[in-house]
Amino acid sequence: MRTDAIRTVNAERRARRAVILLSDLTEGGERVIREAEAAAVEGALGEAVRRAFHTGLSGAVEADGRNYFLNVHMPQPRLVVIGAVHISQALAPMGKVAGYPVEIIDPRTAFASPERFPDIMLSAEWPEDALKKRPLDAYCALAAVTHDPKIDDFALKAALDAGCFYVGALGSRKTHARRVERLLAMGVPPSEIERIHAPIGLSIGALVPSEIAVAILGQVIEAFRARGKAEKGAAA
Amino acid sequence: MENPHLDEGRDPLLIAEDWLDHGRRVALATVVETWGSAPRPVGSHLVIDGDGNFHGSVSGGCVEGAVISEALDVIDSGEAKMLEFGVADETAWRVGLSCGGRIRVRVERVA
Repeated sequence: MRTDAIRTVNAERRARRAVILLSDLTEGGERVIREAEAAAVEGALGEAVRRAFHTGLSGAVEADGRNYFLNVHMPQPRLVVIGAVHISQALAPMGKVAGYPVEIIDPRTAFASPERFPDIMLSAEWPEDALKKRPLDAYCALAAVTHDPKIDDFALKAALDAGCFYVGALGSRKTHARRVERLLAMGVPPSEIERIHAPIGLSIGALVPSEIAVAILGQVIEAFRARGKAEKGAAA
Repeated sequence: MENPHLDEGRDPLLIAEDWLDHGRRVALATVVETWGSAPRPVGSHLVIDGDGNFHGSVSGGCVEGAVISEALDVIDSGEAKMLEFGVADETAWRVGLSCGGRIRVRVERVA
């Protein structure tokens, strides 16, 4: 294996981008495939590459009369929650168990206290500051649940700009209609605003905070597992 | 840039790069296939240097010794090897697996 291949894979991983190290077990040699290059890989190998980027599962593949090993490196998804509210108290441990570590941001120190959120990454800061320190990316989900435009709006725009795989906002349809107006005024294109899941969460009749947390987490998982499906269809 | 999502001190691929930067001779072992209850998933890495130092794992510690000695040969010869191990029944019992497992590990030199 070439040292260059390891360097390239590590550079992609440091940048939180998915990458595959493809080893040719028949003839030796390897190739690094970045996620952006997956659509251009042809034949049965291309299908296997795109499937691996989708599932995140490494494995041996036989394609075009050769044996390959695909080692896929996926960034860990993160769930960033704006608002240290009752729903977040249920969502934080659930996300941790499900493999979507939660980070909570809320400038209201009475809400964002370690007593209310033991063992959870917590920033008692404005999203403007917290997201500068730990920027959002395509492997982040963002759920805005404060109901307060002063806190939620900036974070929602930042999530759309960063290409987060999921963006959700708590609030009734009426609340969301006013939010859409504000985001338009902030210069967010309508096609981007449509990516916001609002009202937030899967439609499971959730009533109490813990149930709403389940509905949100389910929707986040659905969005993560749907990543790349559109591209797959287009390539076929 | 420091990346809070990667563990610089324990990540085998990052360590491999660091060792290569320091002129050390390096082999990389990778779990490429598993059957039954294998202790480490496909894609797991063990990185080995020419002096037998290592980081990471391809099993729960059961076969690392054998992989390391094979890796020293690979570092010298430059020829990649495919190794196959059955997890011993006793080991399987201790970690609570009922069936034992088998793994295939590819070892290659990085240069």
